[in-house]
Amino acid sequence: MSRPEQIAPPEIFYNDDESQKYTTSTRVQHIQAQMTFRALELLNLEPNKTHFLLDVGCGSGLSGEILTEENQIWVGMDIAPSMLATALDREVDGDLFLSDMGTGVPFRAGTFDAAISISAIQWLCNADSTLNEPKARLARFFNTLYAALKRGGKFVGQFYPANENQIIQITGAAKVAGFQCGVVVDDPESKKKKKHYLVLQAGYNERPL
Amino acid sequence: MKFLTTNFVKCAVKACDASDASFPLKYDECELELQEHEYNQEFLISMVDRLDWNALVRVAADLGNTALPVTKPENLVENEQMLKDLHSLLLETQITNGKMTCKNCGHIYYIKDSIANFLLPPHLAN
Ligand SMILES: [Zn+2]
Repeated sequence: MSRPEQIAPPEIFYNDDESQKYTTSTRVQHIQAQMTFRALELLNLEPNKTHFLLDVGCGSGLSGEILTEENQIWVGMDIAPSMLATALDREVDGDLFLSDMGTGVPFRAGTFDAAISISAIQWLCNADSTLNEPKARLARFFNTLYAALKRGGKFVGQFYPANENQIIQITGAAKVAGFQCGVVVDDPESKKKKKHYLVLQAGYNERPL
Repeated sequence: MKFLTTNFVKCAVKACDASDASFPLKYDECELELQEHEYNQEFLISMVDRLDWNALVRVAADLGNTALPVTKPENLVENEQMLKDLHSLLLETQITNGKMTCKNCGHIYYIKDSIANFLLPPHLAN
């Protein structure tokens, strides 16, 4: 199977058909849910407390629904209009932003307690036109994400790196933006189940990662 | 989009990052809807702590609400009526359609069917 990011940019790839297929597939739903719970576990938020969260690449709101169940208030951004339309149809509770993470996270300093992202940030490494230079897009994303998080705020992003070099590119850009940075690899021995989580922290936090 | 979010979202254009005029955006032609939302005092207070009160007053005025006090109320925990009002304004008031203009670069962002469009045209995207 080809990787979606090699076929077309996300807003083209996730057209109405693909958004529907993606969202209603029980296999996709199950995997997305698992990864969202794992991302929340890695965030290690203060329990029994409602936080203001950002979901980068929120898609049709599969992860957002879990955030809502977990009593969190969230804002989601995604570049694919049909994914957001599906989210709207499913009456998710989060605010939906049609927005390209490569042009930045458009929120003022210290807005969010934390942020998550499921299966999205590898798209930043793709150049689909001369305007989309990965290096500049990665820098813009991580710089603005850093600013939009409150001090000590964390980000956990599950992603699908195409190769080792993309991991280096992504972690490099995150560090330059000022983040403390690590990558957690779950099921490293299994080709199918192996999952990468980028784990970032914007300054000191008394709750460890 | 919840009214709450107007207190945090700013112009996405990189050249506006350093400008104080890129926040808050100016709200025009907005359609509002009230949607019930569970009351959570602890969350509300944590959000009030990080509100830019001047921006809140300005955006509320854009939307026709001039009833807010000019300065952030103190001892909110004891002011149940104020908390209930803020809950209703911040979490239950939804902007379903409207325009948001950056006062620095003049770019207009639209909210359509509750989705805020922050995609930038190519000449503003880098
Ligand atoms: Zn601007």
